[in-house]
Amino acid sequence: MDLGEINPVLLVASLMVAATPLLLAAIGELVVEKAGVLNLGVEGMMIVGAISGFAISVETGSPWLGFIAAAIGGAVLSLLFVLLTQVALANQVASGLALTLFGLGFSALLGQSYVGIKPPSMGDIHIPLISDIPVIGPILFQHDPILYVGIALTAAVWATLKYTRVGLILRAVGENHDAAHALGYKVIKIRIMAILFGGACAGLGGAYISLIRVPQWTEGMTAGVGWIALALVVFASWKPWRALLGAYLFGGITVLQLNLQAAGVAIPVEYLAMSPYIITILVLVILSADKSSAPASLGRTFHASH
Amino acid sequence: MIVLEKRPQPSKAWSYATPLVAVVATMLFGGILFAILGKNPVEAIGTIFWEPLFGEFAFYYRPQLLVKGAPLVLIAIGLSLGFRAGIWNIGAEGQYIMGAIFGAGAGLAFYPLDAFYIFPIMVIAGAFGGWLWAMIPAFLKVRFGTNEILVSLMLVYVAEQMLASVSLGLLKNPEGFGFPGSRNLQAYDSAHNAELIAGSGMHWGVVTALIAVIFAYVLLNRHMLGFHIRLTGEAPRAAKFAGVNPARLILFCLGVSGALAGLAGMFEVSGPSGVVSIDFNVGYGFTAIIVAFLGRLHPVGILLAGGLMALTYIGGEIAQSQLGLPAAAIQVFQGMLLFFLLAFDLLTNYRIRAARSEVA
Repeated sequence: MDLGEINPVLLVASLMVAATPLLLAAIGELVVEKAGVLNLGVEGMMIVGAISGFAISVETGSPWLGFIAAAIGGAVLSLLFVLLTQVALANQVASGLALTLFGLGFSALLGQSYVGIKPPSMGDIHIPLISDIPVIGPILFQHDPILYVGIALTAAVWATLKYTRVGLILRAVGENHDAAHALGYKVIKIRIMAILFGGACAGLGGAYISLIRVPQWTEGMTAGVGWIALALVVFASWKPWRALLGAYLFGGITVLQLNLQAAGVAIPVEYLAMSPYIITILVLVILSADKSSAPASLGRTFHASH
Repeated sequence: MIVLEKRPQPSKAWSYATPLVAVVATMLFGGILFAILGKNPVEAIGTIFWEPLFGEFAFYYRPQLLVKGAPLVLIAIGLSLGFRAGIWNIGAEGQYIMGAIFGAGAGLAFYPLDAFYIFPIMVIAGAFGGWLWAMIPAFLKVRFGTNEILVSLMLVYVAEQMLASVSLGLLKNPEGFGFPGSRNLQAYDSAHNAELIAGSGMHWGVVTALIAVIFAYVLLNRHMLGFHIRLTGEAPRAAKFAGVNPARLILFCLGVSGALAGLAGMFEVSGPSGVVSIDFNVGYGFTAIIVAFLGRLHPVGILLAGGLMALTYIGGEIAQSQLGLPAAAIQVFQGMLLFFLLAFDLLTNYRIRAARSEVA
């Protein structure tokens, strides 16, 4: 064992990379839940995003087109969730599970011919001057563009929910859909937009894993990140900046346990690998005492019966 | 304009018809999928649904139907109790793994002793392992109000790591030349879950699954606790006034589903599989969710749905070897089934009407 081999600067820099898929998926799901919809299909949308992004960037040679395809792929899968829960008024828990089961199978089918291929690299942005600052430079200013997109998205969602009319309507729909309907807002339409946004974000998060974090395609490669993202929304009490904090916390745990594995700590690899899941459970337990911040209409089906 | 009108009572006829309609729709869209993959859709669907039952080698495939169906039915029966009451155990895969580890562990602890009591001890240990794993989300929900969906699912990943750990360490075959995986329980008579009638596929897991179906039917129709489960799902407020104890219900539903999933894992590891290894679990715990819904959360329905799902597994394997249909295509096929089922359920609860254009 040699803990001295772990470079703290690299550790923090890779923590941000590990946190980004979680952050993207969690921010999307946060908007969906703010609109009063519980979509448990995040894992399914992520894995479909991962393969659509991977396939398109391999075929076209452009990672940017890959990310766009991933967002579209995630949104298309979430459209199925829309059909089930908003049109056919099915149970949201069961529909979300269906989405995940279907997505895992569908992605495996699409990805058959992409196993073992290396995707085109996106390259890191080196912001002139500030990226040369020792310690802070490599940690904050030498990453791929999508990582900054994730942070910008967090800021945008925060500002939209807090300061704009659209954000206010979205929250109204999530808190009390009957009242929002009575005020003349199109509850179903607003929820559909939110679900599609959540699907696109989850797709981006999935593609970040297959194109930047790993980068290659293997079946079921999201390995529960979508489910951790769902837990992260609870952890964040439905607040965007706390989702960012939580994503970095979980990213940190993941990176740390990988580094400890590599450094050959005396703890068996399997126990280190299960630690992110156990810590998620512990965090859920600590935070489950306070449910007051959850949107009041979360998970309830809306049907206008005039 | 088409409008939906909520039925005062869910339609009985549609509640029986939707699973059938969903199966037909899945065959249709599955056929389109197979056609896109470049296979003859009629041949593919025929291979999946006909070949295992009436084909040339049906004598070999029919017993497999019981082998694959038993764990699905066993797990789905447990899940359906909770699903009815709005208690979502989706971590059956983890409970299945823990049942296998506990069951096999108990058996291997006696190796190479030959005694009649070893198998019963393994059965109890397997059920206990699954129960224990399900008690974690149950306890956390009752004590702290933690979401059981996320906790039970996280525990699947933990169980998978446990499985890797024991197959490389604690339960590794000391005479296995360093390969991962335990001793083969099929070669250890006292611990072997052998076929009861040779060549029939009938093992103790199948018997237990049938007992579980009867047990669940009696519980739901003839017992106060079963009534409380149904009441909580259908009318939560009425259940509260009737004095239903939610904590007791959570502990019972999660406990029973965990124990049954654990039993399924134990019967699998001591019978058809034989070995505790890294890739022991194949997703029965997740497919059982589809089985539970396809069976309309009704014990008899689940029995039929389990048979159908086992058919798609076996037929899928045949289609894989004969037609070169990818394994993932069958997974998509099974996922589609749940989709169509949930979508067509609309007709059970709502009536579709053409809206009149006049102003009310």
